Amino acid sequence: MLQDICTVFWRDWVVLKRRLPKFILSRMVAPMLYLVAFGWGLGRNIQVGSGSYLDFLVPGIMALNSMNISYNSLTPLCTERIYHRSIGEYIIAPMHFNAFIIGKILAAVLRGLISSAIIMILALAFGANLNITPLFVGILILNCIIFAEVGFFAAMKMDSYEELSQVNTYVLLPMSFLCGTFFSTRTLPEVFRWFIDVLPLTHTSYLLRGISTQSPVALESVAVLAVYAIIGFILGNKAFRDQLK
Amino acid sequence: MIKIQGLIKEFQVKNKEKKTVTKRAVDNLSLNVRPGEIFGILGPNGAGKTTTIRMLTMETKPTLGEIYYNGESITQNPLEIKKLIGVVPQHINFDNDLTVGENMELHGRLHHMSSEKRKQRIQEMLEFVELGDTINRMPRSLSGGMKRRLLIARSLIHEPKILFMDEPTVALDPQVRRRIWDLIRSLAAKGTTVVITTHYIEEAEALCNRVAIVNKGKLIAIDTPEAFCNSLGRITVEWDDQEGHQYQFFESRQEAAAFAGTLEHGAHIRRTNLEDAFIELTGRKEGV
Ligand SMILES: Nc1ncnc2c1ncn2[C@@H]1O[C@H](COP(=O)(O)OP(=O)(O)OP(=O)(O)O)[C@@H](O)[C@H]1O
Ligand SMILES: [Mg+2]
Repeated sequence: MLQDICTVFWRDWVVLKRRLPKFILSRMVAPMLYLVAFGWGLGRNIQVGSGSYLDFLVPGIMALNSMNISYNSLTPLCTERIYHRSIGEYIIAPMHFNAFIIGKILAAVLRGLISSAIIMILALAFGANLNITPLFVGILILNCIIFAEVGFFAAMKMDSYEELSQVNTYVLLPMSFLCGTFFSTRTLPEVFRWFIDVLPLTHTSYLLRGISTQSPVALESVAVLAVYAIIGFILGNKAFRDQLK
Repeated sequence: MIKIQGLIKEFQVKNKEKKTVTKRAVDNLSLNVRPGEIFGILGPNGAGKTTTIRMLTMETKPTLGEIYYNGESITQNPLEIKKLIGVVPQHINFDNDLTVGENMELHGRLHHMSSEKRKQRIQEMLEFVELGDTINRMPRSLSGGMKRRLLIARSLIHEPKILFMDEPTVALDPQVRRRIWDLIRSLAAKGTTVVITTHYIEEAEALCNRVAIVNKGKLIAIDTPEAFCNSLGRITVEWDDQEGHQYQFFESRQEAAAFAGTLEHGAHIRRTNLEDAFIELTGRKEGV
């Protein structure tokens, strides 16, 4: 099992390694814009609680960015499934299906962490105060896992790139803005807020911000994320097995 | 070696009225493949050959029916059985983000080969299909025939005991095709069981110990190529008249010659081949 996970991860690592400079460069663009627009432009004079808006903003950007990167790391599986059919090699291999899913998720987590590291460096360059602890990294990983699973599930279920980008537009994009990333959800209307507070990204945002500002950690949020991760894995497994129908 | 019992595969497809209907791709197929034999599956387009192979290689689940390898059902210990299997798929399925060499390596890794063994086998197989110098190229930059050869090379890296080949020699030039035939024969001589589907009847005739003829998902007949020809009559007379191209089968050359003498137009007398049997069994009966 471990060997197979490594094989699946190895494949993604080979591909990533070849494109690493391009990958890093392109991953700098969006966070850079957020930092400039919201951190410097809009946020220079905004005070949130005790710190600067930049300190408030950076954990949110890390949450939404790791979500986007890990989701989009696994959407190419859709073309590998439908057009290239290269998934077939894994299905006929003497390998447990879970090894495939775990290997893919780990590869997505790696991409998510690389881009998070990029943001961290940028944010520090912009003068943010961050308190990065092992727990902070742990939450980030959990967030990557959840959205890698969403990406995996979507890639197994959707029949075109068009549909996959709709998930981006209708699910990920709204979450990017609303889940406590750029502003506190406390200002939202009650009913709306209730809905937003159920979403995993909201929990990630608050957890990362809490850790970063050295506030007490909301354990129930960690539990919520863990539940999402488990459900995501089960759904991913089912979607992969459905390929055999 | 392989035993198939009452295999059925159904798909949900949309019909002309855009209603979802159930389509049977494989319909109650039962047969045995013996160890070390080259077993051919022949049938027209859409007969269910690929679907059958995909069920045998566990790429898709049967709707109904059982598959046994060495007496053991594939549902019991699929991973152990998958270790024995090599597959040349009908559709080219390389990973387009990996080079040729990396594609081969992925295969070796998936079959838990040691790094040394992997390197050696990859080199060997690439040399064999004369693609040794493409190791650092991307698969999409290869020609159609080169890709096919690469599929064959890849399927053999882990030295499978049972090899499934779904139209392996499509789009290959005659020299290469013959080399692949030699390879298949030598594999079988070493004890590898080969299940092959093909549209080239002469390929089945040249290679296969036994042939199953399938049509519309059903098994029509199963026998040795010689037996198929003999059952029709060993000699064929072909001629053209107002109604089109005609043929008839005879037990001996004398009978055939006597019949040909009665025809107004000239006739061609030749040995019956598997193609005749194939057309007889899958086409002419239904007036196609
Ligand atoms: N995934 C699928 N969904 C729906 N129908 C399918 C699917 N796969 C195969 N079929 C149908 O099943 C039937 C058998 O297909 P299959 O590919 O097994 O035929 P084949 O004998 O390999 O044909 P060919 O010689 O053209 O390769 C066809 O009618 C095909 O349309
Ligand atoms: Mg086919």
